[in-house]
Amino acid sequence: MDKTMAMCAPFLLSDLAGEHQNFPADRPALLCFVKEDCPTCREVLPVLKALAKRLGNETDFLLIGQTADGNRVIADQHGLRVLDDSALKVSFAYDVETVPTLISTDADGHLVQQLIGFVKEEWQSLAGDLIGQDAALDLLDWSQLPDWRPGCGSLSVDPLNAERLQAEAENSPIRARRIEIASQDDEFEFMIDQGFSDGLPLVPPSPERVLRMLAGTARDAQEVVALMPPNMGEVTVEKIAINAVMAGCRPEYLPVVIATVEAICTEEFNIHGVMATTMGASPVMVVNGPIRERIGMNMKLGALGQGNRANATIGRAVRLTVRNLGGARPGGTERSTLGNPMKFTMCFAEWEERSPWSPLHVERGFSAEDSVVSVFTMTSGPTLIVDQDSRSASQLAGSFGMSLESAFHPKAHFATEVLLVVCPEHVDTLTRDGYDKTAIRKRIQEITARPIRDLVADERSAVGFKAAQAEQMDEAALSRLLPKFKRDEDIHIVVAGSDAGKFSGAFHGWATGEIGSIPVSRKIEEVS
Amino acid sequence: MTTILDPTDERKPVAREIVPRPAAISGNVALLDISKPRGSVLLDRLEARLAERLPGIRVQRYKKPTFAKPAPEPLRQEILRDNDFVIEALAD
Repeated sequence: MDKTMAMCAPFLLSDLAGEHQNFPADRPALLCFVKEDCPTCREVLPVLKALAKRLGNETDFLLIGQTADGNRVIADQHGLRVLDDSALKVSFAYDVETVPTLISTDADGHLVQQLIGFVKEEWQSLAGDLIGQDAALDLLDWSQLPDWRPGCGSLSVDPLNAERLQAEAENSPIRARRIEIASQDDEFEFMIDQGFSDGLPLVPPSPERVLRMLAGTARDAQEVVALMPPNMGEVTVEKIAINAVMAGCRPEYLPVVIATVEAICTEEFNIHGVMATTMGASPVMVVNGPIRERIGMNMKLGALGQGNRANATIGRAVRLTVRNLGGARPGGTERSTLGNPMKFTMCFAEWEERSPWSPLHVERGFSAEDSVVSVFTMTSGPTLIVDQDSRSASQLAGSFGMSLESAFHPKAHFATEVLLVVCPEHVDTLTRDGYDKTAIRKRIQEITARPIRDLVADERSAVGFKAAQAEQMDEAALSRLLPKFKRDEDIHIVVAGSDAGKFSGAFHGWATGEIGSIPVSRKIEEVS
Repeated sequence: MTTILDPTDERKPVAREIVPRPAAISGNVALLDISKPRGSVLLDRLEARLAERLPGIRVQRYKKPTFAKPAPEPLRQEILRDNDFVIEALAD
């Protein structure tokens, strides 16, 4: 409150019975801000009760309580009507720093007087102004009261609430803790010292940048998108936006990051295991649908490499979210033996227009017009498949199969899945002979099929079927052909890359299915 | 002053990490006088006691131009570069 005769902020509060109270209400009023667990408030409540009784209908007595439970106690013990300000909005609007605070106003809501804490003389004088000096002295036995009590801090200035209340008052969507970096500190060094970084410099997530980032989604900033393992940190849209700023994203990328976070925090995807495994797995993101063009993703020359901001920063934002909200850090719950550069970022788009086949998201049950992100857990890649010589589809798909034999280990069959990225020149070779994705998968399974006998642990390598298992098998069983992949669907196929070059690539998976990670696709929010 | 928003789940307070406490004192020890009256008295005594009890260390003396301002960056860098420990003396 600035000065006498200042206008007090109008408000509407409800009492515990749910009845509304308007202020101002064409009558003088006495506003009393209290908090039940404040010893001073407790001590002076009998004064307020006596005063309320004497004020009658001429003056509104408005007892404003700051905690829901405490308000009930005051109402029960003193039979007073308490207005519930447990949201603290009125206390904040009135700049109440201490309880009790008394504010008397005229009928129009102008401030007449404000008292902070309890000073007996001041309270007597205020009571005198309201009900007459004699009545004030007779109100109760003032001698039983202390001369002075300082009161307690108002909950509206408690650090736990103050920033939220400030943000709400400013209509700001930001609720995250603000960190002040001293002018002598270098903010880039500070952020790395705090452990926020993947090892590369970060863009400082200033409130202004985060606000701009939040404009990229229509979702509420405080919506909880997921709980991020291993710490099960609450991932709000705002927290994703902060990490997206740090990663270098533009606001229009944010919906892709949010959809990916939703995807990896599912039971099927199992991001906890993906981060914790010593094998060194990482999410690989493939984006389909109209958003690819809208945000300028690269699906052509160098699609799996560096140089495109959207590809680079979307993947990085997801990884930073995992690190900062989930707490997965190398040496902590992230235990990869070698690590892998995809752990910085691995995100690209499918060149649907260059593909004669159904794009990935349509295969996975979405409409062609949907924008979708699909996330795979991969341990290595892209491993290049160099075949500049095959002129028939069966030869080329045969080469794919022979190269994919190396996933995990050539003797490891039924062990993992792969994400095959077919380059345009290879697409042409395959389509000339009428190969679709089903035919490619079939050929890969055919070319990789080995009799179990060849997959038994031996002196060359102990990987594969154990000797004890093999001993249980008869000749027919040992001759049974086992393809590389347990199911044809474990061979995921997309198209990307430049028009020149006969170099496809493959990402090799991790523990596949229920025991490990299952690929997850999520529709990306359309933002107009 | 730059303000950033916390990218974490806010379980941990934001604070400068304290380096692990060394098991022993060795190498160079900086004594920093903040230029307040009688700060040097304390540091003189401290230097004498350190020499007595830890003869293996080397003590180096530094002084801030004024106690009212943070130490200038070059001085901080010099102390950091040339020492393993620093003891800063308040005064009055």
